Amino acid sequence: MDGPRDEPQGAPARVVATPAALEAVAKVVAERGPIMFFQSGGCCDGSLPMCFVDGEFVVGSHDVLMGDIGGCPFYIDARQFELWKHTQLIVDVGAGEPEGFSLAAGEDQHFITRSKVFTPAERSVLEGRAGSP
Amino acid sequence: MTVTNETTTPGTTADGTFVAPGQPGSVVEVKPRYENFIGGHWVAPVQGKYMKNISPVTGQVFTEVARSTAEDVDLALDAAHAAKDAWGETSLPERAAVLNAIADAIEANLTMLAVAESWENGKPVRETLAADIPLAVDHFRYFAGATRSLEGRSTEIDKDTVAYHFHEPLGVVGQIIPFNFPLLMAAWKIAPALAAGNCTVVKPASPTPWSILKLAEVIQDIVPPGVINIVTGPGGEIGKALASSPRIAKIGFTGETTTGRLIMQYAAENLIPSTVELGGKSPNIFFADVMDRDDDFLDKAIEGLVLYAFNKGEVCTCPSRALIEASVYDRFMARCLDRIRKITQGNPLDPTTMIGAQNSAQQLEKIAGYVDIGRQEGAEVLIGGARTTLDGELEGGYYYEPTVLKGHNGMRVFQEEIFGPVLAVTTFTDEADAVRIANDSLYGLGAGVWTRNGNLAYRMGRAIKAGRVWTNCYHLYPAGAAFGGHKISGVGRENHQMMLEHYSQTKNLLVSYSTTPLGFF
Repeated sequence: MDGPRDEPQGAPARVVATPAALEAVAKVVAERGPIMFFQSGGCCDGSLPMCFVDGEFVVGSHDVLMGDIGGCPFYIDARQFELWKHTQLIVDVGAGEPEGFSLAAGEDQHFITRSKVFTPAERSVLEGRAGSP
Repeated sequence: MTVTNETTTPGTTADGTFVAPGQPGSVVEVKPRYENFIGGHWVAPVQGKYMKNISPVTGQVFTEVARSTAEDVDLALDAAHAAKDAWGETSLPERAAVLNAIADAIEANLTMLAVAESWENGKPVRETLAADIPLAVDHFRYFAGATRSLEGRSTEIDKDTVAYHFHEPLGVVGQIIPFNFPLLMAAWKIAPALAAGNCTVVKPASPTPWSILKLAEVIQDIVPPGVINIVTGPGGEIGKALASSPRIAKIGFTGETTTGRLIMQYAAENLIPSTVELGGKSPNIFFADVMDRDDDFLDKAIEGLVLYAFNKGEVCTCPSRALIEASVYDRFMARCLDRIRKITQGNPLDPTTMIGAQNSAQQLEKIAGYVDIGRQEGAEVLIGGARTTLDGELEGGYYYEPTVLKGHNGMRVFQEEIFGPVLAVTTFTDEADAVRIANDSLYGLGAGVWTRNGNLAYRMGRAIKAGRVWTNCYHLYPAGAAFGGHKISGVGRENHQMMLEHYSQTKNLLVSYSTTPLGFF
């Protein structure tokens, strides 16, 4: 596993959570103990953040720790990270049961990932170019 | 003048729309509640819990199914293990006869299952009538035939020593089905497993558990008890219980990459094989010569691009990246956009509807999220880009407009599977550029190549890193054409007789016909 990512000072978080997501995380942790997130990709419910009891999913040597939400680690595949790194991931909660093997975000709720494209200024900081000519 | 019903199809209203399942006059009966199908019987979940099942056509609950737990998976595994020896020893003619009987029963109930599948998934009934259900029928027939033609091999090591190779069933397998083709994907998985002599425990996708239970009703008296078992419920509970069980000999899965990894992780813990199909971001490549003449072939190529809207884009191989040679881009895209404007969206049960409802509120939300990212990244919305709101009882359904985004291959909308009717389109300058863009993807499940030049088509087909390259066609899924992914699109193949090997063990009998001792001791 790479990381935790050694981001430049003042860099924006790569993954953040909405108040609803933070509340859901706290509830799931209270019920199930420590949890982890892995950003999925591909078919069906790909693009959703998968939530597991911490350690259920074996993190590989090529996964990237993007940060944490509510104290729970949030990982992504390194190859996928390269394609997603110009966007900030915003974890939120949506209506409906989760798909795949993910834990629910409360009854009849699931975690979702929204995205925001980093501004040029934010990208400069993230790429360590801030202040350079 | 009186209008009579004599010329209308049974189960339809005067305008030809099928009556919704469970309503008076419908061809599909709906019970208030469905139990698990275990050991040939309907078995209530141990904990007695049920979950609501929604039709994406209306967004309304129309029945409920078992909300099973690991205990129910165990019951299904008990039934499968009880059946496995007898089924594994069933003669090939008898085994093939059962598969053919399943096919006949599905065919005899084609309209009923097509309407049920449309109601369950949201896909247009014209697709389920013409594709999903007939292909499922053919799939069982194909594997009935394949199992009869499967031969072991023998090798004469020397004059008196022979190595015989037999295919033996694995025993009991677990199979997890996706929501996009609930019946056809079940057929893709169940038919080869049974043909190879295995019993199966099937977990349908959480949003689409019902239509396969309708299928079970159709075949319950045909299949020996315990050979097919179906358990419904949440993936995190029963999907995990099934995939991590030490009582399965193989796990088959179609879905997203993280669960795919988890499946392989569980398989590693139990040292069993797995087949995982994990999606794609398939390029559909149009060379300039498609515009050389305004003929049937051009018409077919235009339709080939618009096939991104087939099954509302909820297809692992959705041709969701169109790469168009720059010299003809404007003219070709104008023709395609004309065709896209003619797509009629509406009630999936209306046989004239071309695009139906997305499978769930989650999917609808995800699609809207991706179009939003595309806009933020600077993609140009050529058509669509919004949710469709229909009237009346369809108001709560999950409809999205056929959408085209123009941009470049570095955008996330070109790199991630949106699983909706959203096409990302870009241009290329020459053959090398087309190959470069096509292969600039983590995925490699499908691809399409369109050209009048056979040599070019062949070179492209070999250069694209994908499990299937449709050449001058797209979205054909005949049994007998191997299907599966390169790169992170998955491991293993489906839809071909080679699957009989994947669902078998090889037994080698090494036999000496010599009476002479080795002489060592």
